[in-house]
Amino acid sequence: MTRILIALIFNLSFVSLAFAQSTEAPDRNSTGGAQTLEDIMARQRGEEVDNSFRSEATGDAASAAEISKQLGTLGGNSDPELWRALRFGLADITASNSGPAAEVLIQDGGMRWLNLRSGPLIKYGGGLLLWMIGLLGLFYLIRGRIKIDGKKTGNKITRFKAAERFAHWLLAGSFLLLGATGLITLMGRKFLIPAFGHEAFSVLAIGSKWIHNNVSWAFIIALVLIFVFWVVDNIPHRSDINWLVKGGGIFSRGHPPAKKFNAGQKLIFWSVIVLGSSISVSGVSLLFPFQFEMFAATFVKVNATGLGAYLGFGELREVLAPHEEMQYSQLWHSIVSFVLMAIILAHIYIGSLGMEGAYDAMGSGEVEEQWAREHHSLWVEEVLGPQVPNATAAAAKKPTAPNASAKISKKSTIMKSARSSEVKHKKATDPKSAKSAPTKTTANKTTAAKPKKPANDT
Amino acid sequence: MKSMFAAFFAILAIAIGANLFLSQAGFSSQERTSSSAVRLDP
Repeated sequence: MTRILIALIFNLSFVSLAFAQSTEAPDRNSTGGAQTLEDIMARQRGEEVDNSFRSEATGDAASAAEISKQLGTLGGNSDPELWRALRFGLADITASNSGPAAEVLIQDGGMRWLNLRSGPLIKYGGGLLLWMIGLLGLFYLIRGRIKIDGKKTGNKITRFKAAERFAHWLLAGSFLLLGATGLITLMGRKFLIPAFGHEAFSVLAIGSKWIHNNVSWAFIIALVLIFVFWVVDNIPHRSDINWLVKGGGIFSRGHPPAKKFNAGQKLIFWSVIVLGSSISVSGVSLLFPFQFEMFAATFVKVNATGLGAYLGFGELREVLAPHEEMQYSQLWHSIVSFVLMAIILAHIYIGSLGMEGAYDAMGSGEVEEQWAREHHSLWVEEVLGPQVPNATAAAAKKPTAPNASAKISKKSTIMKSARSSEVKHKKATDPKSAKSAPTKTTANKTTAAKPKKPANDT
Repeated sequence: MKSMFAAFFAILAIAIGANLFLSQAGFSSQERTSSSAVRLDP
């Protein structure tokens, strides 16, 4: 009992000591004002230590001793004071090499960045990608492949022109290369060097650097191209709300009406544009080191809005060492890339394995009409015109071509499936699509006149 | 598929072109960090 009491008093004395440390300036008389053992221990415990007693103790040139006196050769400073000036970036440095980084001999934030880069960044970034892959795998097990519900017509509708598909694959191909080489660069030291050794990784790292630096331009060009091609079709539309409320019909029968791009695709598009642009800007700043000081300027703006304090970051530092600008760029570049990679994994899944008929849109550019009617019913109406219920009868009266009856038969099937889907509902509630019907007739004829491939119903 | 292969070829062409251009643009590390008194390898 006595031992427990002694231990308790002992611990409480430490608590009171720690409390005293956090509220009062520590007594450093025993070290002549230099840091104490407790300062060092507190720093090692990761506590915030007020370093002003060190950063301000860098000597006083005004009270310098004569050059013939003791310490006179150091201009009034002692060696520790000179080292402190170097440590806190206050020394007057003249370097033979040029560039803003040359005059920073000790970079204070470097270790924090290195620890963040080699620890949490890899852990949480890699975890995010693995989580997304697991989630998609689970989704596939539960939902399976999303099939075309209705009977295939054998008719094809041009969904993307060659130029659009070129831009998409320019973006996709460059992004895959950049993602893979970026992961090698970030994670190689931790995972590849232990597995393959330094020399093998050296070759891989040099190759990855070359690919990452030079393929980045293809990504930037493609980003501009897809923005120009698709921005109009990705402007939010009121049908997107219904699509989102119904979750895109992923877990239910039938699909909500959608224009050329549904709300999910619009989210992907804007993610690619916004995050891709951010990755591009931070990437260019990394390609041309020390040329752009983006983060200090951003932090000034963030502080002005009070956002940093609101989010618990406190006042952000508005003066950064040149290296810190690069370190923040690297962290930002990686974090945003991880988020975009996770999103793109889902996009790749749904565009290939996850949905029947989806790949054709970017493969040949021609999609099965039934697929289009199920997933993009409003777009099909725009392209082919709205379906008229008595079109079958009207068309049946004057067959002009040997295979006309076959086409009519196909149209009849489409109309039946459309009746059971939400297309009919949308037509009834959307006066705009009804208004635009006559003008779309031309498009209908043009598209219908295209040679149709034989039916491939299986 | 032609568009896809054309895009992949374009990625290669852009990467080689960018490397040629950037190596001539005076932005290599050695050029950016050396003073005028330093003679660099051609």
